[in-house]
Amino acid sequence: MFRFLKKLSPRKNTASGAASDRGILVFENTSEVIQAEKRLKGLGFPIAVKGPPPEIQKGCDLVIEFPLMEKLTIERHLEAAGLHPLAVVPVTAPLLEPVSLFHTKDYGRYLMVRAANMKITVDKESLRIVNISGGGCPDVPYLADRLVGQSLGEAPQPREIGHTLCGYALQLAYEELCRRCSP
Amino acid sequence: MLAVVGTVPDASFPLTCGRARLKMGRLEVQGVSVPIGRGTPALAAAAVAAMERLSGGDVFVFLVGDVGRGDGSRVLYRFLAENLRQFSFSVMVFHYLQPDVDWHNKVLFAVDALPQRPFLIADAGFMYAAKMSGQAPAYDVFTPDIGEMAFLADERAPHPFYTRGFILHDPHKVPELVARAYAHEDAPRRLVIKGETDHIAEAGRIVATVSQPVWEPMEAIGGTGDTLTGILGALCASGKDPLDACRMAALTNRWIGFLARPTPATQVAELIPTVPEALEQARKVAALQEGDKRA
Repeated sequence: MFRFLKKLSPRKNTASGAASDRGILVFENTSEVIQAEKRLKGLGFPIAVKGPPPEIQKGCDLVIEFPLMEKLTIERHLEAAGLHPLAVVPVTAPLLEPVSLFHTKDYGRYLMVRAANMKITVDKESLRIVNISGGGCPDVPYLADRLVGQSLGEAPQPREIGHTLCGYALQLAYEELCRRCSP
Repeated sequence: MLAVVGTVPDASFPLTCGRARLKMGRLEVQGVSVPIGRGTPALAAAAVAAMERLSGGDVFVFLVGDVGRGDGSRVLYRFLAENLRQFSFSVMVFHYLQPDVDWHNKVLFAVDALPQRPFLIADAGFMYAAKMSGQAPAYDVFTPDIGEMAFLADERAPHPFYTRGFILHDPHKVPELVARAYAHEDAPRRLVIKGETDHIAEAGRIVATVSQPVWEPMEAIGGTGDTLTGILGALCASGKDPLDACRMAALTNRWIGFLARPTPATQVAELIPTVPEALEQARKVAALQEGDKRA
């Protein structure tokens, strides 16, 4: 019994534990926090208004805690309401930045770009997206269904129809691919 | 019996569970036909194709529609937490689900409460949740790619999206990443790390690598990591020793590429028919290697 309880106890000082799938929205002033809280709660997101962690050196005295995996969806709702967070960071490590390293692989006719766990491959001649791989959130197969077969110019951007951090990573890979394929 | 748990990219797809079959290039469950795109349908299709070759055993799937909002995943998490005791599986493979620590823990409680604990394999979103929850050591195998391995090695990252650059920058330092993941208890007993060379780790150290045959376009094809995990599940459910199963799954997946000769534009569904022959080739190669070792 005790061994079992110990096994499911979250450890300290790591990303692990109950709060590790939560993020923080930092705003310029409390008025924006209140507006964002009202909008997100109205949409049914499980959020909470809290005090900021000591690592956060900007914004007002309140932050909104939200499900980190749904970062893309939540940012899209806030943008539609004219609300622009100063920062969107993980609860467990507020100083972490999104990935900024890209790996590319040239297959001759095809070019693949990887950002974190997401890869996107394009036909260099037609600029048609031929494959999307990697990732673990459920919008990845959905994004692949929507994007594969379309050209870079015609396809919706992952941030427009994705929902999760994997969708966000795909957006970064997509932008890097567009940059490399631009004349 | 082998169980596969995951999502399909269709928001209207209801929670569906039952024995899966391959029919006309699609997966069929409870009379419902599912296209074999990347993701869990690809994993399940590879598992079914492998099981038909290995032992003829069934693959039982739990599927639900989710396009990234997490709603379908939470329906499936709840169903498993409340109903898993009604089932009995020798191997469970958890796959594309919205990472959610609370629901992950409830499902793991349900698994631990079973009279006979299944062999647990995790990949994709459920693997992220397992690491985030601090419960990675409760699993038998994770099957990350190199980007996900860097995430497992970064004790501070809550998702691969936040993996720190100094950990992510060199994809060739697999042994260091493995050591780091185990040092922070963010790895299960075994890892199959999918990459240019596949690395198999146990208890913190690399115990095998598989680098042949090579068919480079496989990396670009969405779902080729999923096929490896499905084949691994099938091998484990067929009674193969876990480490041998890890080696054989990596080898088989490489033979799929070598036999099918895909381009980066090939879709994973086109590779599934190659699984039985690839398994046979992998079995022959493994037997030869075993013979060499004995000699």
